[in-house]
Amino acid sequence: MAALEVEALDAGYGDFQALYGLSLRVGSGETIAIIGANGAGKTTLLRAVMGQVRVRSGSIRYDGLDLAGVPTHERVRRGMGLVPEGRRLFPSLSVEENLMIGGYRRRPGRWTIDEVVGVFPMLERLLKRASSTLSGGEQQSVAIGRTLMANPDLILLDEVSLGLAPVVVRSLYDALPRIVQVGTTVVVVEQDITLALDVADRVYCLLEGRVSLTGAPGELTRDAITTAYFGV
Amino acid sequence: MTQPVETIEQGRFHVVRTSTGSTVGTGLAIVATVFFALFPLWGSDSTQLTLVQIFYYLSLAQMWNLLAGYAGLVTVGQQGFVGVAAYTLFVLSERHNVDPFVAIVLAGVLVAALSIPVALFAFRLQGGYFAIGTWVIAEVFRLATLRIESLGAGNVQSLTVKNTFAGYSLESRRDLIYWASLGLAVGATLIVVLILRSRRGLAMQAARDSELGARCLGVNVRNTKLLMWVIAALWTGATGALIHLNSSTVTNQDAFSVLSWTALVVFIVVIGGVGSQIGPIIGVVIFWFITDRFEDSDTWRFIILGSVAVVMAAVARSGIDGLLQRIHPFEIFPVRRRLRQDAP
Amino acid sequence: MDWVNAVIQGILTGGLYALFATGLSLAFGVMRFVNLAHGDLAILAAYLTLSTSAVVGVGYWPSMVIVVLVMFVVGYVGQRGLFNFTLGEDPLPGILVSFGVGIVIQNALQEHYTATDRSIDLGPILTDSVTITDDISIGLFPLLTLAVAVVVLIALQLLFSRTSIGRAFRATADDPQTAQLMGINDKRLYGVAMAIAFAAVALAGFFRGARTSFSPSSGGGILLFAFEAVVIGGLGSLWGTLVGGIVLGVAQGVGNQASIGWDLLAGHLVFLFVLLVRPRGLVSAGGRGL
Repeated sequence: MAALEVEALDAGYGDFQALYGLSLRVGSGETIAIIGANGAGKTTLLRAVMGQVRVRSGSIRYDGLDLAGVPTHERVRRGMGLVPEGRRLFPSLSVEENLMIGGYRRRPGRWTIDEVVGVFPMLERLLKRASSTLSGGEQQSVAIGRTLMANPDLILLDEVSLGLAPVVVRSLYDALPRIVQVGTTVVVVEQDITLALDVADRVYCLLEGRVSLTGAPGELTRDAITTAYFGV
Repeated sequence: MTQPVETIEQGRFHVVRTSTGSTVGTGLAIVATVFFALFPLWGSDSTQLTLVQIFYYLSLAQMWNLLAGYAGLVTVGQQGFVGVAAYTLFVLSERHNVDPFVAIVLAGVLVAALSIPVALFAFRLQGGYFAIGTWVIAEVFRLATLRIESLGAGNVQSLTVKNTFAGYSLESRRDLIYWASLGLAVGATLIVVLILRSRRGLAMQAARDSELGARCLGVNVRNTKLLMWVIAALWTGATGALIHLNSSTVTNQDAFSVLSWTALVVFIVVIGGVGSQIGPIIGVVIFWFITDRFEDSDTWRFIILGSVAVVMAAVARSGIDGLLQRIHPFEIFPVRRRLRQDAP
Repeated sequence: MDWVNAVIQGILTGGLYALFATGLSLAFGVMRFVNLAHGDLAILAAYLTLSTSAVVGVGYWPSMVIVVLVMFVVGYVGQRGLFNFTLGEDPLPGILVSFGVGIVIQNALQEHYTATDRSIDLGPILTDSVTITDDISIGLFPLLTLAVAVVVLIALQLLFSRTSIGRAFRATADDPQTAQLMGINDKRLYGVAMAIAFAAVALAGFFRGARTSFSPSSGGGILLFAFEAVVIGGLGSLWGTLVGGIVLGVAQGVGNQASIGWDLLAGHLVFLFVLLVRPRGLVSAGGRGL
């Protein structure tokens, strides 16, 4: 049974439609990358999966369960997690408290604050700090750690590399195997194509709200990706 | 008021300002105005009295709707303006023998002037706190008039035949008050329509939808809101003076009553439809109906109207107008602008 | 000496005002909801205390506990059943609904209890006082009210900073969308926040009803004082409401001392002054927190 199944999804904001009949499938334990230019609908897709964007038609299934009408917090309880675009740490909470709130609806699993610090050691001395005083890379680690605290089975990562130096991004992605080793299904949204092809088992490319290309990294040619990415 | 279709050539499109609905609506409004203007010639006295009340509530409702529904200024402090106007009328007409109908105008002007420093304070607050702020300021006015000895310090003040109504027969006084209230109601409606038709009005509605967006387009949001505030204060003040001319009494508690001059007005507009043209009119009709049924009980009138208003504000935010619009969209006054393609 | 007394009385009154302000501040802090029915709810609680005592046959103090618990439940139900539908970018529905609810409560109370002044007679404690010097004495009940206000504020402070649900409140106040991603059921959370606010309001109503007589129309005054305390103290600061309440109380006391009957006006004028020169309040809250 697939971890995530999206079928003919139409979704958008108010009058504006962002996704047009989009379908994709993520197998349990897989790591999928979704690439595409700005405005292709990548973030909208992730938010729709989490229930934060209105779905007009089509379906989203998680572990076979139809998510229609299931509120976001309930999806989290069932094991879905999203590291949102822009980190979105809670300014009123310290770093440690941000991690703790991640565990508000904790499911049984290995992730605790200690485990998170184990993956992102630089957080150890930052725990009591206000989250707004952290660098971009540090904030991103907290954001990822915060989502892990709920012990999700499916984790969606929205543009974690945005605005970060390549070295920092590299260290973030180095942590990925530790996350995946437990069998967690991972969906990574990335603008950086090289990075995406590096970590993913399969890739989807989005263009103007539709899937323009899909396949394993090894199968896809540079030209095919360029065409699918830019729509030229 | 029926206008020929205005066309503004702009390439292959032109802007249309009227529609069938608005032509019919405007026509009906004119007919109604003429009908009510002639009413004293043949109508019953008691009905005439009732109509005075309906008209002044319509005037208050139009102004509150202008502020809360269109300008984004949700105030619960209009009773402050009504009270100040009432005492102004008392001082001018009863103490200084100014003609009462002139006093109504002067009261409106005074309240309008007063509304500017009020805005200085109130505009520092937003949303719900702005609302309570207007209430506090109304209270300040109430307490201030209470402290002033020469205003009778809260005792009941009467507007007498000897002073205020000198030179008016009972009949002419009754009829003139009636026409004044009709004038205020029609005037209030006309003001709102003209504002909405104007460029300022368009800017104001844009600011209501998105203040930031409007600012980016060069709209001076603060000045636009201030203008609406002053206009509404002027008309509310004039109406407040008329209300007390009609009752010929001024009491501190009643003149500044949040129940009479704000709560009822709010309920009227909410039930009719906040931010709609016909909302205040529908609301006033329902208000009259309920008032008629619950003549004896003030409290039940509030409980019923209030409960309906609460439910509507929560789940049917566009009031009765909204429900009607869903059945068939319409407009009654020529306020909208539509883009039409030129004939080839 | 009269002036010193006036100031002391003002500080003690400030405790009551801080108690008034707590519920209002809490609802706004967590969900940006300004409850215009706040004052009327306090008066409702005062009337309910009288009725509970009469019906159940217990004293006023146990009745108060019952009413606080009942109001807690009412707050939760009210939020989930009504107020939750008004939340969002536009403040208009929230204002209109809460204003309407307040008016309906006020008139329903009038219908049921009539406009006669009532009060919660707690006996000798209302008039007992502690003598400090020959000229200065401190009323026991006002002192108790201030103490209760401080305890409530401390309790809320601890709730927000030390508990899981407190963290959830702060997170949801910061960013309701991302809070949902933490598995927080915002609708239920708002219900709990309002339940706590209603409980605080009920407590405030009890102390108000014991201190002076009240009638169905007394709610408006409470709302205004609560609001002024919040603004003077500073939006977004729980301790600010204590400071605000005290400043308001002292302003009223001094005003009354200067000229009898000027208490309310003096308070309003101080409020307007603070609004003009320091709209963010006297206690600056760091960040958007509570």
